[in-house]
Amino acid sequence: MPAYGTLAAATFRQYSTYRVATAAGVFTNSVFGLIRVSILLAALDASGQEIGGYTALQAATYVWLGQALLAPIEAFGTRTIGERVRTGEIAVDLLRPAPLLAVHLAQKVGRAGFLLLGRGLPPLLVGVLVTGLALPESPWSYPLGILSVALAILVSFLADAIVNLSAFWLVEMRGFQTLYMVVMNLLSGFLIPITWFPSWLESLARITPFPSMVQTPIDALSGRITPAEALVGIGLQILWAGILALVAQAMVRAGTRSLEVQGG
Amino acid sequence: MVRTLYGSRIRAQLSYRASFAADAGSQALLSIIEFLELWVILGHVDTFGGLTLVQVMVVFGLASAAFAIADLAFGEIDGLSTYIRSGKLETLLVRPVPLLLQISSLDLSLRRLGRFVVGIAMYITALVLAGFDPTPATMVLAILAPVIGGGIFSALFVMAGALQFWLIDGREFANAFTYGGNYVAQNPAAVFALPMRALFTFVIPASLVAYAPTLVLLDLPGPMLVPTWAGWLGLPVALLAWMLALLLWRAGVRRYTGAGG
Repeated sequence: MPAYGTLAAATFRQYSTYRVATAAGVFTNSVFGLIRVSILLAALDASGQEIGGYTALQAATYVWLGQALLAPIEAFGTRTIGERVRTGEIAVDLLRPAPLLAVHLAQKVGRAGFLLLGRGLPPLLVGVLVTGLALPESPWSYPLGILSVALAILVSFLADAIVNLSAFWLVEMRGFQTLYMVVMNLLSGFLIPITWFPSWLESLARITPFPSMVQTPIDALSGRITPAEALVGIGLQILWAGILALVAQAMVRAGTRSLEVQGG
Repeated sequence: MVRTLYGSRIRAQLSYRASFAADAGSQALLSIIEFLELWVILGHVDTFGGLTLVQVMVVFGLASAAFAIADLAFGEIDGLSTYIRSGKLETLLVRPVPLLLQISSLDLSLRRLGRFVVGIAMYITALVLAGFDPTPATMVLAILAPVIGGGIFSALFVMAGALQFWLIDGREFANAFTYGGNYVAQNPAAVFALPMRALFTFVIPASLVAYAPTLVLLDLPGPMLVPTWAGWLGLPVALLAWMLALLLWRAGVRRYTGAGG
């Protein structure tokens, strides 16, 4: 167990050394935030009323929280596991005295810790300065929101791991990963809140794990939904985390059996 | 030489037919999903930034086609910092071929054609649906606009690449202007507040790629800072951007001292 803690701490430190990269990322996040805020506010302005239950301030808050979550949930996907499968280095990982997914989860915890602080807080600060943020009415929204953010990171880690593990069968997973990323960006509600969707698309989104990655934590943290509704969302997140963990674990097992590393 | 370089890369990629088709197909799907964002918004409002759904489709299609051209030719320049860090750049520098040409042809990804096809199809269809009534001059503009837009985005990519000689770890900084420029170009510029509109018109000429030409083609009035006649500025702006990009690129290459490999 202490090994995982060391691993997480090491990853945190590793990421915290890339200061220029972090600053560049924050800058880009913020510019995209400004573009997205402009688009949503223009839409609200044109309609002259709330859209999908969002006022202008709530829509702006939605964008800034989304920009803050972008890095911690790694919405653009990771490639580490998939690349190691493709090159065969995964064989070494499988020999280690710790389960593959647990090792990667420990690294993810360290990484997410740094990304939340380094990449998550600055866009929120920009949001406060540029548009202001809508704050929740109930004090319960804060602990529930933080719990929901943690679960969102877990759910997206597991889904990303599943995409990567597909490399056991696909070898080159790039096309699949790009497709996953685009679908995830749309159905998670990252680009536009899913309550803005036409009802068929919203229903489609709601039966996938994607809203658990972005829509649920943002709604819980911004207090747009009541703490009771947030609890339901958190329940769903836990359910999805469980399902995805089982799938990922099964894939590791099946993949390990069918793995053929060439050369040697 | 240009033909040999690009020709070999194109033949190499076409030889894996299935993989090429899947890749190009998913790129096409990608740009359709990207459009859903605007489509959802226009389900709630009649006009967005003063444009109807069909008019927005002209802007989106034109911007996507233009970006696809630039991404095809110069998109991989984004990875220049890996070449710089690993010292791979030296092997390119000793070859008797201009560096920019090598990088452009090395990683030419034909799969990006998928995105171009969707963009151009949407552009043409929407133009017809929006009642485009061509005069000889606007017809020429309609045909050249994707290429000129591609030229503007290509210049942005080259500038972003050149900046990596200074930034190295900060490559993401330039994404705000290349990919961010693409995002802005796909939307009617009228939706952006004045400072943003000014930035993405005068500094990063994103709104001149698709929005301004669309105003000319469909004979629409422009918002403040982007008058309709700005639609004719694409070509001179593209040339100016390329001049700046090449100067910056040369300064970057001169500054490069090697990774000690």
